[in-house]
Amino acid sequence: MAGNRVRTSKYTWYSFLPRNLFEQFRRLAYVYFLVIAVLNQIPQLAVFGRTASIIPLAFVLFVTAVKDGYEDWARHKSDLVENNRLAHVFQESEFRAKKWKKIQVGELLKVFANETMPCDLVLLGTSDPSGVAYVQTTNLDGESNLKTRYAHQETLLRHPEDQPINGVVHCEHPNRNIYEFKAYLDLDTDNPTGTRLPLGPNNIVLRGCELKNTQWIVGVAVYTGKETKAMLNSSGAQSKRSKLEQQMNRETLWLSLFLFILCLIGGVGTGVWVARRDDELDMLPYYKRTEFPRSGADDGDKYMYYGVAGEAVIAFLSCLISFQIMIPLSLYISMELVRLAQTFFMVRDTEMLHVETDSRLQCRALNINEDLGQIKYVFSDKTGTLTENMMEFHSASICGVKYAKAGSKASGDVEISGNEAKPGVNADLKSILTAGTAEAEAVKEFFLVLAACNTVVPTWVTQSSSGQLEMEVASAEIEPSGFVEYQGESPDEQALVAAASSYGFTLMERTASSIVIGNSGTTERYEILGIHEFDSVRKRMSVVVECPDKTIKVLVKGADTNMLNIVNISSESQDVRQATLRHLKDFAQDGLRTLVVASKVLGRSEFEKWLGRYSEASTALHDRAEMLQAAAAFVENRLTLIGATGIEDKLQDGVPEAISSLREAGIRVWVLTGDKQETAISIGYSSALLTHDMDQIIINESSKEGCRSALKAAKLKTGVTPQAVKKNARDSTLALIIDGTSLVHALSDDLNQELFEVAVACHAVLCCRVAPYQKAAIVSLIKRKDKAMTLSIGDGANDVAMIQMADVGVGISGQEGRQAVMASDFAMPRFRFLNKLLLVHGHWNYQRLAYMVLYNFYRNAVFVMMLFWYILYTAFSSQSALVDLNLIFYSLLFTSVPTIVVAIFDKDLSHKTLLRLPTLYGSGLRHETYNQNLFWLTMLDTLWQSLVLFYVPWFTYKESTIDIWSLGTLWTAAVVILVNLHLALDVQVWNWIMHLAIWGSIAITYIILFIMDSLTDATSIYHYWVIHHAVGTAKYWFDLLLIMCLALLPRFMVKVVKQRWWASDIDIAREAEIISRRKSSPLPREIELQQQTSS
Amino acid sequence: MEVVSSSESPTSSASTSTAATASLPPSLKSRRPKYSRFTQQELPACKPMLTTGWVISIFMAVGVLFIPLGACALNSSKKVVEIVDQYETVCIPSAGTKEARVQYIQDISTAKACTRQLLVTKNMAKPIYVYYELHNFFQNHRRYVKSRSDQQLLYGNASESSMANCDPQRLIAGKPIVPCGLIAWSLFNDTYSFKLNSVALVINRKGIAWDSDRKDKFGGSVYPSNFPNNYPAATNGSIIGGASLDPNTPLNANEDLIVWMRTAALPVFRKLWGKIERDLYAGDLITVDINNVYNVYSFHGKKKLVLATTSWLGGKNHFLGIAYLVVGGLSIAMAMVFVGIQIKCPRPLGDPSYLSWNKNKGRDLNTSPSATGVHFEVCGTFMFLEVKALCS
Repeated sequence: MAGNRVRTSKYTWYSFLPRNLFEQFRRLAYVYFLVIAVLNQIPQLAVFGRTASIIPLAFVLFVTAVKDGYEDWARHKSDLVENNRLAHVFQESEFRAKKWKKIQVGELLKVFANETMPCDLVLLGTSDPSGVAYVQTTNLDGESNLKTRYAHQETLLRHPEDQPINGVVHCEHPNRNIYEFKAYLDLDTDNPTGTRLPLGPNNIVLRGCELKNTQWIVGVAVYTGKETKAMLNSSGAQSKRSKLEQQMNRETLWLSLFLFILCLIGGVGTGVWVARRDDELDMLPYYKRTEFPRSGADDGDKYMYYGVAGEAVIAFLSCLISFQIMIPLSLYISMELVRLAQTFFMVRDTEMLHVETDSRLQCRALNINEDLGQIKYVFSDKTGTLTENMMEFHSASICGVKYAKAGSKASGDVEISGNEAKPGVNADLKSILTAGTAEAEAVKEFFLVLAACNTVVPTWVTQSSSGQLEMEVASAEIEPSGFVEYQGESPDEQALVAAASSYGFTLMERTASSIVIGNSGTTERYEILGIHEFDSVRKRMSVVVECPDKTIKVLVKGADTNMLNIVNISSESQDVRQATLRHLKDFAQDGLRTLVVASKVLGRSEFEKWLGRYSEASTALHDRAEMLQAAAAFVENRLTLIGATGIEDKLQDGVPEAISSLREAGIRVWVLTGDKQETAISIGYSSALLTHDMDQIIINESSKEGCRSALKAAKLKTGVTPQAVKKNARDSTLALIIDGTSLVHALSDDLNQELFEVAVACHAVLCCRVAPYQKAAIVSLIKRKDKAMTLSIGDGANDVAMIQMADVGVGISGQEGRQAVMASDFAMPRFRFLNKLLLVHGHWNYQRLAYMVLYNFYRNAVFVMMLFWYILYTAFSSQSALVDLNLIFYSLLFTSVPTIVVAIFDKDLSHKTLLRLPTLYGSGLRHETYNQNLFWLTMLDTLWQSLVLFYVPWFTYKESTIDIWSLGTLWTAAVVILVNLHLALDVQVWNWIMHLAIWGSIAITYIILFIMDSLTDATSIYHYWVIHHAVGTAKYWFDLLLIMCLALLPRFMVKVVKQRWWASDIDIAREAEIISRRKSSPLPREIELQQQTSS
Repeated sequence: MEVVSSSESPTSSASTSTAATASLPPSLKSRRPKYSRFTQQELPACKPMLTTGWVISIFMAVGVLFIPLGACALNSSKKVVEIVDQYETVCIPSAGTKEARVQYIQDISTAKACTRQLLVTKNMAKPIYVYYELHNFFQNHRRYVKSRSDQQLLYGNASESSMANCDPQRLIAGKPIVPCGLIAWSLFNDTYSFKLNSVALVINRKGIAWDSDRKDKFGGSVYPSNFPNNYPAATNGSIIGGASLDPNTPLNANEDLIVWMRTAALPVFRKLWGKIERDLYAGDLITVDINNVYNVYSFHGKKKLVLATTSWLGGKNHFLGIAYLVVGGLSIAMAMVFVGIQIKCPRPLGDPSYLSWNKNKGRDLNTSPSATGVHFEVCGTFMFLEVKALCS
């Protein structure tokens, strides 16, 4: 068995080099680099000096290795700290300190309050007599509420110091599911009376959890080291590739083709040239094929000559080496840097900061930032995403009587104790309770279910002398002080328990075996005989309790559809059933979340039968869930309907505004919810998804045929033909509302085309009662059929599938735990931030990166083309007029910084304009900044610029005394200045960083040129003092000026004409923005800024 | 107590690609970002806008700058006086086949003197430069450019690796050639002597190479040795590529070599041969005795002798002047066109009615907006009419 040592670091000092290199070379681009560098080492091909050719590759490898190494060093340090922490381990009849890394599976550990678990432990005993332990799982899943874990009564009182414990834990394979654990414990195996105890997720505490409110626990290590669930979960987010990058790769293929053609011309040209001069080559003063004096009788001593075909191949390959940067490899690194900066800015946006929870945007995926600017579909969950997920008990229906506003703060008197607002109280209900009639019994039963049928833990929060809030688990014995706070995993349950409490049924204590309910001064203890926890199939939860009067009851609450099927249908209850149904509908229309409450008394024999099944199921290692469901079904039937609850879930701030501006931006917002249709529609209206002038198409069909005809009818209504799909969407006032049952059929292979056509023709789409897998299926349908970018946003575990399916997954870091966040690419605390994330940051990210890609294509291609024209005048030999190092420095040093800086800081429109005119987002949807046409246009421009670059000096210096390096130094400076001016022409926001980067890079180029031409060492003396001579001639400066103006003229004209006659929305908006700024006095802006600062 | 896994030992391995966030303590610091203009991307900045006014100003500025510059450049280029004489064909006896010419030029036994007469048509102010010009000679061939050892040229002895590129002109009989390589081997060796009106004309052959080359690139104590051109072909089977080198002249004193070794950028090039440091006048007759020995016949090369003055912009080349005038003229014309456009059909800046969704409400966002195109058509027709009116 593995020890508890963990290693999150990737490398050791000896494995670093090979492993890091291996990982780096998995990127195809680096292999290309390597092949080129290796080719250059062949003497016949050596275009660059041997060392110069390795510089780019070495540089990239080195930078990446340093980055990886640094990250790994940090991991090493944290591993070291982690592994050497101390834990109390049972050794030689007492608990002694032992290093974490030495803990072995099977050892007994004692963990004290506020300590962190060193490994996954099965609880054996706790300081609490009832065997409860409270843990905080912030490190594991980010949830800060306390979770209860239980030790079995059988092991609770056996302290290893006093008597040895003996047993075997049988558990499943280590896995990463932190919400599941299946095992059993055979206690006292050497004893025939040994018992088998079931172990579930409630009995295990996981590595990384902190023990709270419990003095100590004793547990046995079951998973250690890398097998712990925490470590198994520590893998990073999956890497996605952005759409822009995919498109970019397509264009890279074109560039590869250009490169191939250029090299082919070089190769064929050389072949033809050599073939035509075959008789001259021996004596050609600049070629001299044959070596003299001849060493032997044969005249085969050809110097470096491999025949026509051989020369052609060599020329082809050496062209490949010279022109390698046609494929802009540095672009990949630049893009990563830019994305990193974008993340930096997005995370620091003060407008995406949620002050109440002090949380902000998290960027979990680093390489899809620009996708945010091209989203066409947003799929949103409802609960917790559009709403607060702060549940409040609102209405109740008890025995067919509706008590509206039973918990609303508006009606009852609001009690505030501490910072916890207690729900108000409905006076009618209160008076019935005190009346003692038959009605009162039902009401009591109702609140009993609310108080008992849940997993909520009451804790007392007191203010300590130091002013800190201290939490203590409530217990009936302890004199209550301070106020009760209910800790639970479900906000609905917390709301219900709080409501019960305000009517006098206060949940005071909860242990594994019993609960204590305080009822107007008296306390009653209910023994818990079994719990059937909530699952998504049954959609209900039940507890079997023994009441103080020894009757055994099943208390059930659950979703209405599932509950109404299992309640007792008799004539007298029929009225109640009808009334309750009516009320449920009313509740739903008010946007309330509904639950149905029921109970029944269990007979002795029935109870015995159930207990048998239940205990068997609880200890089962396989199919436990199924067996537990069967046991639940055994008691969850013929229930007495008591009533229903309506819980209000308030809409988050700014949701309607955010949805309407997203819609204005041309983004389709679809809401996919598990709620009932009525609830969903009601939320739809309040969140501005639906408006009253919309024509609703509602599809509720339970059969395939029904579904087919409904879709057909809907299609007629929309008048949809596939061609018209896109056209009508904006104008249509149709809303599609479809439920999960219909979706089962509609998503099937033969109907999904119809569904798609109808759905995209509708202005709004609302899917209700959908299962998690259906959410994902809808996303996948749109992704497949529309080829558009999709974004899913959700907060709960049920949204994980859809978040992972979408191109961009956004998690709401809210009440429902962290699973959605873990699966997401971006996480944020509030839905309304999506607005700024997409409309502003998404737009900027897309504009910036898209421009950067095109510019980098141009930047490298113009350089390569310039080099190419020259070889037409060097007899196709791949000689470059530029010195070796400048060929390397060009893309690495001379021109790399400005493009990165511009991609980070340039800004076409201010965030105010973008938010005010959401339609501007459409430019990303239409791929306005990066598309095939733009690519070809850019390439045409590149061709022109390269011709100007080459031929202006050619015409100037033909029939002159110019030497190769002097012409080269002119070309070096010209191309660097030209690409920087080209960039400067496109910069929209000139701040000091831009100025520094663009003019600075030209200055640095000159400085480097001067330095390099002053060196006299063996490798650089050949270009000694060249630039010093060049800058002293007037022609040099005349050429530079002419090149710049002539090369940029077409681009400038196109820009002017485009802006004058084909101005895009962005152009117009930018003009309006600049004009309004110029007109307004500077004062309002100052005030605005101050407000931002102070807020 | 022991724990037994329910089946054989697990084989799953933990993914270790990122740091275990679970093991790090939660950050207790407030994550609230500080407001700064930098992090909010609100740095003070200038936002240039390409208004018609700016376009006109830019074109005007370019025009106003370029036309005078072009005029100056063209003027100075026109003032340059150049006398060019192509002599490689006329200086050999017959216009025979290529083979015959090559044979003639390679025959060291025949004298190859050739006399040319050049008439000065315009006054030429001193200094007058004498160049030789070669055509179809690829001094920029990759094989040729690297065929030298800069280390050897400066220090005399050089490492093996430094001399490796000199092949096949590296060693003779195991001894290194100084200076090695094809460039030095193919040194141009035609010589000229000038007579002005039958009086010898002094040519200054000093100061024709770059000072930096003479001082720092070619050694003062490096003397040619084992140089193949110094030996008749018969002695060791080698062939002569060009000029021989005086073994007693250090490399940095041989300016012809230094000039030659600054390899030309293009296959047509001139090399400075000397300077005439007196004025020449129109009608002067210059007689040149050419020793025509350099072999360009094997590759259809041309040889020209050039006498030229220079201006501040260099030699005679109208290109720059014309190009500047054309670009300047175009710019002025563009400026005029835009002035016309601005007067006849101005487009208000930042007018929201030009936004695609205002221009044609309800148009689909997914098709590219071409709203303002209508405006262009109207305006275009208008301009066309105007042009017609001008012509009639």
